[in-house]
Amino acid sequence: MAVGKFPVEFSHIMMFARSVGDDNPIYHDPEYAKTTEPGTVVAPPTFAQSSAQFDPDYVLRPRPGKPWFGSGKEPSGVKAGEGGGGGNGGGLHAEQHFEYHRHLKPGDVLTATTFPGKTWEKEGKRSGKLIFSESVTEYRDQNGKLVITARGVGVRTERPVEQA
Amino acid sequence: MSLKASDLKVGDTHSERLVEDLKRTQLVQYAGASGDYNPLHTDELFTVKVAGYPSVFAHGMLTMGMTGRMLTNHVGDGRLTKYGVRFTSQVWPGDTLDSTATVTGLSEVDGVKLVDLDVVTVNQNGVEVLKGYAQARID
Repeated sequence: MAVGKFPVEFSHIMMFARSVGDDNPIYHDPEYAKTTEPGTVVAPPTFAQSSAQFDPDYVLRPRPGKPWFGSGKEPSGVKAGEGGGGGNGGGLHAEQHFEYHRHLKPGDVLTATTFPGKTWEKEGKRSGKLIFSESVTEYRDQNGKLVITARGVGVRTERPVEQA
Repeated sequence: MSLKASDLKVGDTHSERLVEDLKRTQLVQYAGASGDYNPLHTDELFTVKVAGYPSVFAHGMLTMGMTGRMLTNHVGDGRLTKYGVRFTSQVWPGDTLDSTATVTGLSEVDGVKLVDLDVVTVNQNGVEVLKGYAQARID
């Protein structure tokens, strides 16, 4: 993933905070935010993940004219093995880590650069062979300063995770 | 509001209920805000018939985001220096989640006081769905 321009905006922060059920006014009330220690609206701790919105090639967003693997007339818009994004949806998020060098605020304009990390395999009890892959994303601000370092681990499972 | 080193000791806990009876609509809301439109989280037909799961399930990042709310309520706004998790079980519509942060260490690095926390979120059956850590600046 490479995101050339991720503008951090007030209304996006407000919507993101709502979606995680966080009604802390620092995320939606600039007047209140002035009275807090940061002194401004800031982004919630996992907000950087929404850089996906600004990745032009993000595979988990339907795009006009491209096949989409979610349902329409049929349970999937693509046939097995045809590709078209997340395939059968077998990829799951296994881990996520953030290091905050400073917190994001409206007006920041970030870039995100992702570097591939390790890959490894494990035999899982509930889902067959697991293939893990790691990536590190550096978020830099409008001054080129590193603001957040994110490390994600994805896992592809051989079969759906069995439910207990 | 922020935490004071002098008020904290290893083993102290802070718990919050993150959500009661998680609704599918909240998964839609999170998909829209985050930009992660994986149908596994919003498209029941696809998820049951093609992916082979009993229903749609929550984005791991939604659970991490809700758990983050517990953390920022505890340590204060703009105070986190690190936050990382493993997603250990899936979260389903109808789940009720509770999260706990436990102090594992107190330190001072270059004049900055820090607290280290162990973070665990469990569902209504006591099954751990998220396990991780956080670090925050304290006074």
